[in-house]
Amino acid sequence: MSCQQTILDYGLRSLGYGERLLPKSDFTLCQHFTLIGSGLIWNIYFGALALLIGFFIANAMALAKASPRAILRQPAEWFILIFRGSPLFIQFFLAYFIFLRLKQQGLLPWLTAAQFGALLVLILNTAAYSAEIFYGALRSVPNGEVEAADAYGLTGWSRFRLVIWPTSLRLAWPAYTNEAIFLFHATTLVFFSGFPAWQQRGDALYYASYFADKTFNPFVAYPILAFYFILLTFVIIGIFGLVNARLNRHLPSQARPKLRYRPQVIR
Amino acid sequence: MLFYQSFATVLILLAVTAPAALVFGFGGATLARAQLLPLRLFGKTYISAVRGVPDIAFFLFFVIALDQGFEWLRHQALCPDWNAPIRQGNDFVVCAAAKLPLGTAPQYVHEIYGFFTAVLTFAIVFGAFAANVLYGAMRAVPQAQIETAQAYGMRPVQVFWRVLVPQMWVYALPGLANLWMVLIKATPLLFLLGVEDVVYWARELGGTKQAKFSAYPHGDWRMQYFLFLLVFYLAFTKLSEVVLERVMKRLTHGQGTLGVPS
Repeated sequence: MSCQQTILDYGLRSLGYGERLLPKSDFTLCQHFTLIGSGLIWNIYFGALALLIGFFIANAMALAKASPRAILRQPAEWFILIFRGSPLFIQFFLAYFIFLRLKQQGLLPWLTAAQFGALLVLILNTAAYSAEIFYGALRSVPNGEVEAADAYGLTGWSRFRLVIWPTSLRLAWPAYTNEAIFLFHATTLVFFSGFPAWQQRGDALYYASYFADKTFNPFVAYPILAFYFILLTFVIIGIFGLVNARLNRHLPSQARPKLRYRPQVIR
Repeated sequence: MLFYQSFATVLILLAVTAPAALVFGFGGATLARAQLLPLRLFGKTYISAVRGVPDIAFFLFFVIALDQGFEWLRHQALCPDWNAPIRQGNDFVVCAAAKLPLGTAPQYVHEIYGFFTAVLTFAIVFGAFAANVLYGAMRAVPQAQIETAQAYGMRPVQVFWRVLVPQMWVYALPGLANLWMVLIKATPLLFLLGVEDVVYWARELGGTKQAKFSAYPHGDWRMQYFLFLLVFYLAFTKLSEVVLERVMKRLTHGQGTLGVPS
């Protein structure tokens, strides 16, 4: 079987298109690359959507945590503590069981499917981590900028939107890039714990461990997985670097802080 | 009883892994700033390779890889006149004397061996994270300190041990504290490595022989166990936060570093 045929058969296997049966024996390198790459679609789906939606929740949550009113601050603090303080792995388990319960009651049955339920957990998780980052950035906005805004007569919402928020985003961006990278890494846990992979439509790690189990040889499948993820990491850094350049476009080009993959804040 | 023991397993693993990862991290950071190019390359590749890939993939990879590596080494040493290939299709075959642990060994040896590979895996993975933190900390030590030491006529080794290392801990501590939190939260992945930890027991105890979750009378107990685990980890994280805050205050006492209001 040629490699092109394999790609046609298994390229979209993780979405349920193409050949139903996974290869059983005589695995070729091409099959490894195609199936693991096909699984990567799910990782990108989970990571990208969770980041996008989580970003908005995180901003709201950071504002709530910085709020002087206890009624806003307390829930945000609890939310962040619970999602940052417990392992994501256990969150997946618990969420799955809760969704199963709901399903038995006839409520929201689609939440037991990984593509919605796990996505929800990931959104909340990344929202909590990002909220902490944004909260830290919000607190380190220089006083001078706020005073300058006051001097211009900006108050309330317009002061926040035009001065405080852009500055805090600028400050938070390097740490937020790390969060994005780790979120994509965390997506590999989805099919590994609570959520079952329906009809063997799994993510990259699911297929990699499938190959490793069948061949009892970890030295092929996992390096391929590593290759894909390092590639993905570079893409993320590239995209976030573009946003970073846009955020800092008012600065002279040599004074712009360069985004570098040197994570200090880790999950 | 075994359920309670599994909590001890997690705590022991944390207690053993943290120093082991620190040793790996120290080695990695030292290598990454070595004078010799191959050593430096090796250190930097170690740090960035482990950090660029999901850690769960490494946990899955190293358990088999380490096991096969050890067996292969013992095979080379113990059975030199074995001429069949080691990889026969999907099987990994070594001579009986090279099996680890030996097939005749009692159960507890198997368990200790499993625990040992788990610790080694954790140490390798988190060693890379620690190496990254320590590498940054070593660069954060003011250059003037190093130059002063050189002016006193210290050799590079002396500069390293007497000036650089004692001063770097303050800079490394926030990163290491963060790492400790990550390490705590990574322990539930232990059951993947075949160690019977809390998650393993939570799955076992609440579980049932029935295939469907909804098909048995007493309700799903795993839910309660996992809720309990969640609280356990939350409490543990909170406790660590408080303790680390104290340590940080003590270490930075009298030092005017950023981020610590004096």
